[in-house]
Amino acid sequence: MRVWKFGDDIDTDAIIPGRFLTIYDPAELAKHAFEGTRDEFAKEAREGDVVVGGSNFGCGSSREHAPLALLGAGVRIVVAKSFARIFYRNAVNTGLLPLVCPRIDEIRDGDAVSVDIAGGCIEANGKRLAVEPVPGFLKRIVDTGGLVAYAKNLDEVETCSTE
Amino acid sequence: MAATIAEKIFSQRCGRTVRAGDVVMAPVDAAMIHDITGPLAVRVFGEMGGERVYDPERIVMLFDHQVPADSIPAAENHVFMRRFAEEQGIHNYDLLEGVCHQVVMEKGRAAPGEIIVGTDSHTCTYGAAGAFATGIGSTDMGFVLKFGALYFRVPESILVEVNGTFGRRVGAKDLILSLAGDIGADGATYMALEFTGGAMREMNMAGRMTCANMAIEMGAKAGIVRPDAATWDYVTARREIEPFDLAGDPDAAYRERRHYDVTDLAPQVAVPHNVDNVVDVGEVAGTKVDQVFIGSCTNGRYEDLAEAAEVLGTADAFATGVRVIVIPASRTEYLKALRAGIIERFVEAGALVEAPCCGPCMGGAFGLLAPGEVSLSTSNRNFRGRQGSTQASVYLASPATAAASALYGEITDPREV
Repeated sequence: MRVWKFGDDIDTDAIIPGRFLTIYDPAELAKHAFEGTRDEFAKEAREGDVVVGGSNFGCGSSREHAPLALLGAGVRIVVAKSFARIFYRNAVNTGLLPLVCPRIDEIRDGDAVSVDIAGGCIEANGKRLAVEPVPGFLKRIVDTGGLVAYAKNLDEVETCSTE
Repeated sequence: MAATIAEKIFSQRCGRTVRAGDVVMAPVDAAMIHDITGPLAVRVFGEMGGERVYDPERIVMLFDHQVPADSIPAAENHVFMRRFAEEQGIHNYDLLEGVCHQVVMEKGRAAPGEIIVGTDSHTCTYGAAGAFATGIGSTDMGFVLKFGALYFRVPESILVEVNGTFGRRVGAKDLILSLAGDIGADGATYMALEFTGGAMREMNMAGRMTCANMAIEMGAKAGIVRPDAATWDYVTARREIEPFDLAGDPDAAYRERRHYDVTDLAPQVAVPHNVDNVVDVGEVAGTKVDQVFIGSCTNGRYEDLAEAAEVLGTADAFATGVRVIVIPASRTEYLKALRAGIIERFVEAGALVEAPCCGPCMGGAFGLLAPGEVSLSTSNRNFRGRQGSTQASVYLASPATAAASALYGEITDPREV
């Protein structure tokens, strides 16, 4: 399992270009992930690989095709210095785990990587780096396996309830 | 207790006081779905066990990204969505009315104090109507279709007070680009921008929509223009609703207060490949352009087209070798421009005028760029590959700057035309 390292402000057009948005199947979307931006990703990404971004990862369009394309490529975890809001929420909802790590600068492209979710850290480049847990109510969605699984168990919601 | 507009909207809709940072399951007053992200939302709704949507009257459906269908899969999406609308009794504007955000506004589907979501990041546009409006993904929308509510973290707010008077051929787009440059592409992540001040009060609704539209380009969850008489005139002309006061309190806990004066603001240009990469037009004047796009949810309204036409003036033709694509944001705006003779002027000068849709900004339907080509666009994103090849370059500017650049075939200061 390796690291695919990207820079700051990776937008959802880069993750999956607009011309592929009629596709909804994650495996098919994965064939075009980062097309034109980093063409080898679609060919070489393997189950369990980790995408590492800089700040503002996933900015731009609300297209859920972006987390789906990464999931289709076998990526289960994205680590970044910070995430754009809609992508972060879409990732949680679809079962792609977004982890914030302030020290991503110490991770290099191609590093072997392992993630200890319970321990709250990732290991790459011979270093153990702390990651911030998914907060509050989103954690419950992650633990349930995504928003669809969470919603299936609900008949109705209590409007105006707070966490 | 003093509160921001965002805090007031969530408190009012939830029936008790909530504060920035609170996570609340809030009711959704309107939900917008379109042809690209809608089909996934509908599928998710089914996977969640959804049978009937919570309230068909509160759902706005339309097609704008790939219209008329540009491929067989796009046509299949339209058929799929039409069938869902029919089954559920949802009014579907289909592909007749135009770009989603313009249509929601002009059909009176957004009003002050409402909570509105849409499966499109530029849903924040409805902040121009004083609504709390934000873009969500398709899975969240599946949840909304089923339950009519969604978890929200009530955002902190940045107060943006804008004063002064715009110079000739400088306006709302220049202001919001300059703000994006100043605040940065993630400077307002998870926050709401609350616009106020004399220049905002003087600004027409078209300009306010341009500003609210681009709040997302700073990472913001919403961009809300403090409602005033102009807001209420716009909204009450479209639906029955009793005006009320909605303003942030002077002593509310704003994360930050920013003050701008637009009096000496020059036309602004966002240069490739980030929206916050913003310079005065003079710094990039002379850059050759292959394509100019005037349109989109950011700048496709009658006022925008009129601004471009005013710069075009009585000139015979746009520069040779420049493709000028003009796309009104809606059928209504198209008709206004048509009746004012503006469309005729564009066509005479050599523009391609297309029916209302997202156009090149969708990055797939048409109007795409080849490697090495340069586009100047009045839309909201210049990301690498947004309008075609990842080796193409997109500059963002106002309709006036776009028209001036189309006339000379290079980026041009509209004040010098």
